[in-house]
Amino acid sequence: MKEIVVISGKGGTGKTSIVASFAALADKKVLADCDVDAADLHLVLNPKNERREDFSGGKKAKIVEDECIACDRCIEECRFEAIAYPLSENGNVPAIDPIFCEGCGVCVRVCPVEAISFEQAVNGEWYVSSTNYGPMVHAKLGMAEGNSGKLVTLIRQEARDIAEKEGLEYIIVDGSPGIGCPVIASITGSDLVVVVTEPTLSGQHDLLRVAELTAHFRIPTVVCVNKWDLNPDITEQIEKEAEGLGVKAAGRVRYDTAITKAQIVKTSVVEYTGGAVSEDIKSLWRNVIYTLG
Amino acid sequence: MKITIASGKGGTGKTTIATNLALVLADKGKEVELLDCDVEEPNCHIFLKPDIESKIPATVTMPKVIEEKCTGCGICGEVCEYSAIAVVKGKVLIFPELCHGCGACKLFCPEDAFVEVSRDVGLIEKGKAGKISFIQGLLNIGELMSPAVISGVKEAAGEPEILIVDSPPGTSCPVIAAVKDAEFVLLVTEPTPFGLNDLELAVGMVRELNIPFAVAINRSDVGNDDVKEYCQREGIEIVLEIPDDRRIAEAYSKGKMAIRELPDYRKTFETCWVTITDLHQAVLREKQHPGEKATGI
Repeated sequence: MKEIVVISGKGGTGKTSIVASFAALADKKVLADCDVDAADLHLVLNPKNERREDFSGGKKAKIVEDECIACDRCIEECRFEAIAYPLSENGNVPAIDPIFCEGCGVCVRVCPVEAISFEQAVNGEWYVSSTNYGPMVHAKLGMAEGNSGKLVTLIRQEARDIAEKEGLEYIIVDGSPGIGCPVIASITGSDLVVVVTEPTLSGQHDLLRVAELTAHFRIPTVVCVNKWDLNPDITEQIEKEAEGLGVKAAGRVRYDTAITKAQIVKTSVVEYTGGAVSEDIKSLWRNVIYTLG
Repeated sequence: MKITIASGKGGTGKTTIATNLALVLADKGKEVELLDCDVEEPNCHIFLKPDIESKIPATVTMPKVIEEKCTGCGICGEVCEYSAIAVVKGKVLIFPELCHGCGACKLFCPEDAFVEVSRDVGLIEKGKAGKISFIQGLLNIGELMSPAVISGVKEAAGEPEILIVDSPPGTSCPVIAAVKDAEFVLLVTEPTPFGLNDLELAVGMVRELNIPFAVAINRSDVGNDDVKEYCQREGIEIVLEIPDDRRIAEAYSKGKMAIRELPDYRKTFETCWVTITDLHQAVLREKQHPGEKATGI
């Protein structure tokens, strides 16, 4: 069983479109959408939810109004400025803003009258679904919620369990942009990272930071320049620099409006068109399998 | 006026809009400061090419044990909600990446055996790009705490006439850190199914934070009309539309400013700014005289 994680550094380079095509091309696979705070893969793969679970990323503190004596100890000790007196109505006791509460529990412990409750908060939900392409694990993080790293870890574990149980060969993970918490949670311990970038100075700059990140965690990494023909010079520079960092070029995908059109009719690019852009993605997938050995 | 440029989906054009808006306003003689709060992948510097005048570390607070005072009682490990402290055989082990700096361990240690030290998690760079004051944050590779770097960038900001914040994509903690104290949020999207889905998530987020907002549609002539129909249904103003102009894409790919290369677009950004300030004024009036209709929220 091999786990392939598609990330990008810079957002909007075409990760999800490429993952959807991999879903159509790969045999015996499970899909995992780990871009939990802007999940889009379900828009193409049309999953039917078979299991739904609540996700709790941690606890949240809440002041019980009737028991609070307004001593302000909690306000003094909260480092996240999450506790204040409400501006309007019921302004007699402080309240905790759930958006800024990091669930550290300091207020709960300093409260002299035990007037603060501290319970697991539901921050989102996750699903195991069936698609025409095989099983898929995905999630929806609540509005303005944190703890995306924890949810990513959970989704990957669930996908791994499914792959083991059903004897599947590939786990294909759609990751998130950036190099922070959810990205680190989605790549650690995986078999191969595929970085999808674009031939712009921004794409180049962001790829270098991602390549440093995967090197830091010692994960084999390949790069694909999407829309490469928009700037062949920068494409070559990117591939050369990546090579210098031990990141091989696994393919180039040309610019084609078919990528947007496929998204609109909710299908993968390789199923939407038999054109050259599909051949590019097929060749990329063959190289990914070859790299995995 | 503090305005944050945000988006659910990545790569929709936040940086293009933030930098061009900053330049248009600075050229008109406004005092503008631009904060690049996409600290995982900051790109504004590629376009504005600022002269960096100072660099300071972005830090988080973390505990350190004074071995002589520690009795190994284990209370610090019990009160840490993030599993950042483990007490093994009477010895305190601290995992810095997991620490949120809440101070629980220090506060509840019965022996007063903790001090707090600062740990570098990134870098804050300050400089000038022509008349624009520029600050960007850079998260160190392998670090998790981008919100801490974003807060550092914001603390380094002055009080200019116009403060423009370029946010990271998404809707989770780093985005909240970039958006939270904004007076107005501009949500950038593109007219595709992914663009619409992620816009809806971003709208949910700014509504939760109770900040007035409007929408900008980039590459407005690709895809379909679903984003416009959604905005109409929800009563959300579209204040900027940028067509899918190959010349803009080319300028972008080379790190060039759209309004410098294509002066026609200067007017587009100027008009957009007038619309935004009008909307913002309307929201302020609405606050003072409830009943009048305002945008967003």
